[in-house]
Amino acid sequence: MGIYLPIAEMSVNMVVLLAMGAAVGFLSGLFGVGGGFLITPLLIFYNIPPAIAVATGANQVIASSISGALSHFKKGTIDFKLGTVLLAGGVVGSTVGVWVFSLLRSVGQLDLFVSLLYVALLGTVGSMMLIESVRAMRRAAGGAAPSLRKPGQHNWIHRLPLKMRFRASKLFVSVIPVLGLGAIIGFLASIMGVGGGFIMVPALIYLLKVPTNVVIGTSLFQIVFTAAYTTIVHATTNQTVDVVLAFLLMIGGVAGAQYGAKAGQKLRGEQLRALLALLVVAVALRLAFDLFVRPNSLYSLSSLSGI
Amino acid sequence: MVFVRPAALMATLIALLLPLTPAAAQAPETVNPENIQIGLSTDRVSITADFSGADLTIFGALDNADPLIARHGRYDVIVVLEGPPRPVVVRKKNRVLGMWINTQSETFVSVPVSYSVATTRAWQDVTNPASYRQMALGADNITLIPANKTGDPETITEFTAALRDRKKASELFSERIGGVHFLSQSLFRATLHLAPNVPVGTHRARAFLFKNGAFIDESSAQLSIQKAGFEQRLFRAAQENSFLYGVAAVALAFLTGWVGRVVFRKD
Repeated sequence: MGIYLPIAEMSVNMVVLLAMGAAVGFLSGLFGVGGGFLITPLLIFYNIPPAIAVATGANQVIASSISGALSHFKKGTIDFKLGTVLLAGGVVGSTVGVWVFSLLRSVGQLDLFVSLLYVALLGTVGSMMLIESVRAMRRAAGGAAPSLRKPGQHNWIHRLPLKMRFRASKLFVSVIPVLGLGAIIGFLASIMGVGGGFIMVPALIYLLKVPTNVVIGTSLFQIVFTAAYTTIVHATTNQTVDVVLAFLLMIGGVAGAQYGAKAGQKLRGEQLRALLALLVVAVALRLAFDLFVRPNSLYSLSSLSGI
Repeated sequence: MVFVRPAALMATLIALLLPLTPAAAQAPETVNPENIQIGLSTDRVSITADFSGADLTIFGALDNADPLIARHGRYDVIVVLEGPPRPVVVRKKNRVLGMWINTQSETFVSVPVSYSVATTRAWQDVTNPASYRQMALGADNITLIPANKTGDPETITEFTAALRDRKKASELFSERIGGVHFLSQSLFRATLHLAPNVPVGTHRARAFLFKNGAFIDESSAQLSIQKAGFEQRLFRAAQENSFLYGVAAVALAFLTGWVGRVVFRKD
């Protein structure tokens, strides 16, 4: 069934988009990730212009993160102060990101930059997760108890100035790394159309030593509002948010996530992580393949504004 | 889907047929030059949600057609539907560090966004290549002017060819040989292809009449291609009230996520 996307100005198959949303929703429910890092590449593989795929991806991330954020809000597992400082960084990062996005689009290098960022980030994060989960599986098979992280360890981050107290997280830490982390996430949200949870969660746990019970909630809180800000800035600056496309993805995504979450309860943590890592590496390889293989046509057309 | 109102179509046909009658009644010895008229069944085509390309039919008539020439099929008609002109950047990828990266580009001013042609017969059977070039008729003959005219002529030739090639590949430049049919000696129907990604704006339909390979007359009409109600409103909102559009997109995402949570409530 065809549907015309008013902003992308193209006709696409509605069933394919709903299925795409549902599949990514299922995976995001299964692995507890936002799924933005899968939606944008899938849209690009489906010939949606990268500029529209990225901005629409940011819009879709809101819908897929809000449900989790509300759950954590009810349970009281969000550190609002930490989340707000992260968000302040996110707003700055996102603004810079949208500016870089417009600049790259006008010189015709946006597609390349988006692909390179995806290959680099997904490749690194995916390989690290794969190694870690294989080790964990081996340990589990060997019968040894998984080593717990010792609390109270301090690193260079804790020696930075401008310290601030975050009571909910029982943290007394400099605002510089918090703002910086927020800014990186905001930048990635606007250039890659991702929520950034796959960077935020490990950074909060390992770098800032935030207690794990507030990590997910705080991360989701920041992601929802950074993605909302990014969507509005993209819509205002580049006019590349396609709500029809975003809505189809959201519908499929919200439904798929519920089944994914149920399926996820049947699998063990390290197995889940290994599967997610394989998926992330596969997406990175597929994008890298497109960069290195000679395209069908060396030439491409674009309007002056870039689409 | 293209909205074609049958009533309007009939009206166009009748209007075209009327002037033929007095012409035929005139004394046959006065040789009036033939001329061509075209009429669109609608001056507005709407692109709706399920638009996936369409055929556009244009009716036309010849005035003062010579029955003898018509019977021998020596009248030929070429109908062109040309999209609004816009600047286009053509980019070329080259291999850099093993990766295919856009390295060269050439900007062309006022390239018709789309160019769809229908003819009665194969190009070479209508007239000679020199005439096509002179009239800038056909996707291979339309004038494409680079913004930087002083550039290397070889590069400009290369990029001009690439521009035509890419436009053809995306179906925006298309041709249909035999797409024009004579329904009677003086009445014809042209069927043109509208690509799924046909751009919105004012398009110009032009009809060219050839007799025995010689160009006789030309006629043109305007056609406005627009997005239909809902799509048009969304597009306009995204362009003109982009901030509010963004806020609405965010609100929709909040709502969808929240409704999904209520529907699939677990906790």
